[in-house]
Amino acid sequence: MTLSSIWVVAEPAGDALTSISTELLSHARSLSGDVRAITWGANAAALAAVAGEFGASTLYDVGDLAGALPGVPVASAIAALVANGAPDAILFPSSYDGRDIAGRLSARLDRPVLTNATSVADEGGLVTEHLAFGGTLIVKARFSAEGPGLIVVRAKSFVVAPTEDLAASVVAAPPGDTRAEGAARIVTRHVEERTGPKLEEAAVVVSGGRGLGEAGAYAMIEEAAKLLGGAPGASRAIVDAGWVPYSHQVGQTGKTVKPTVYIACGISGATQHMVGMKGSKNIVAINKDADAPIFQIADFGIVGDVHKVLPALIEALKARG
Amino acid sequence: MNVVVCVKQIPDPAAPGALDSSNNLDRSGKLILDEADTYGVEMALQLVDKAGSGEVTVVSMGSASDVAGLRNALAMGAAKAVIVSDDSLRGTDALGTAKMLAAVIRRDVPDLILCATESSDGYTGTLPVQLAGLLGLPSITFAKSVAIDGANLKVERQTEAGYDEVISPLPCVVTVTAGVVEPRYASFKGIMAAKSKPVEILSVADLGLAGQVGVAGARQEVTSVVAAESRQGGEKHVDEGDGAQRIVDYLTSIKVL
Repeated sequence: MTLSSIWVVAEPAGDALTSISTELLSHARSLSGDVRAITWGANAAALAAVAGEFGASTLYDVGDLAGALPGVPVASAIAALVANGAPDAILFPSSYDGRDIAGRLSARLDRPVLTNATSVADEGGLVTEHLAFGGTLIVKARFSAEGPGLIVVRAKSFVVAPTEDLAASVVAAPPGDTRAEGAARIVTRHVEERTGPKLEEAAVVVSGGRGLGEAGAYAMIEEAAKLLGGAPGASRAIVDAGWVPYSHQVGQTGKTVKPTVYIACGISGATQHMVGMKGSKNIVAINKDADAPIFQIADFGIVGDVHKVLPALIEALKARG
Repeated sequence: MNVVVCVKQIPDPAAPGALDSSNNLDRSGKLILDEADTYGVEMALQLVDKAGSGEVTVVSMGSASDVAGLRNALAMGAAKAVIVSDDSLRGTDALGTAKMLAAVIRRDVPDLILCATESSDGYTGTLPVQLAGLLGLPSITFAKSVAIDGANLKVERQTEAGYDEVISPLPCVVTVTAGVVEPRYASFKGIMAAKSKPVEILSVADLGLAGQVGVAGARQEVTSVVAAESRQGGEKHVDEGDGAQRIVDYLTSIKVL
């Protein structure tokens, strides 16, 4: 049995879609011959080509949100579409806005949501996979009632597969009246300067944890990441401590990364952290505790003090130019 | 200004987790207040303090056989706690939990509802927005700062690129990221005072929601649990002043350098 139809919430990023959105579209295309995308903003015409390239035949355009956060208006538009014919599943990116849209739609349709999925397969019905306990267990789940399956998928779960398909046809999907629920408004956007690649897309990630000792030592992580052309990451412990913003967090709560090499500095390897980085191609760990769990998954470990090894590494990288 | 903080008592994350025979998370051991919730409690206390009047109520769902976690929030300064506890709640999903919390909150809608961005055990991260949807309220997730500005709420919301300044009328549901404020430690006086603060325990029937919760209400099920492919550790060297060079050599061998 193939699935008759899958919809994908495709987040705009300027004239493109976020990488997780193209991952979801590509995977949906492998499960169903009828993939439709839902997007918003002012660039639907440009996005139609991207959505088509990754397998969507139709692009539902919610349109300009007039400063509203996407959660309510996009969920409201999808609810109206569902009323005219529901797909087998709706896939949402596990992102700030993706989770908002899924939660709002769940309440609106009175449908449960499966979150943090790392696999969505058709086994005579949709079966999802979720990592538990730091990725040591895989929990398989399915919906047990009729209706569209709402599934929030983690980044890097699927491989992008561009097609030769034509641009998707754009269909307007207005949000309708979002009532009091849609009253939150974005007043100003602040873009923080970032040199170097995005954390989830970087080929090299250098991450710091509690072993750094104090917030100021994170500058070493940033410098090493920069010298390697990578992105700086963090364990939950130092995000909770307020040393670095949440956007740097790698782990179960936080981002999933799968770089060519992940360098964990002063990170003991709590299960919470491992689930977000154990898919890295190579893992390097620097930790002064020889028994730290991070060494159980590291391909290359240095038992040593990050305050000695990192400065020396930075010097060595600088010397290479 | 009255603030409700939704909190969860979870198994100690430091203890190894396990699934029970029905593939639910084993919660039979000691439960503690999810550390992710302490930021919301602290934020609520600060906002009420600034407003000069009102109180903080913590609302929870789960086993009430151990309410030490809720007492912890009360010891920090919350005025009272409400917990929905019922054997029939076992297996309830995020939407079912949101329905419970919404039913509690509807009895006396506060000015502001704070939640963590996600719990540290289930980490589904959809409950706060489902709750807002059920209550018909606006929501702002991933707040890295929260302030009251007249009748409006002003929030700095974390984004991929930086942050957005977002305003919303009250009441509103807000999720706060970890590290947004520094949670206070309960004082001895606070701990003593918490012992006499009210903890209201409600059943599903009290809220008129029988049949909508538990495994049957969840409409999703675990079909199997299997061990994931495990990753093996590789070489490990004690740094003798050559650690950095060894890393450079390794990075060269995998062609990163």
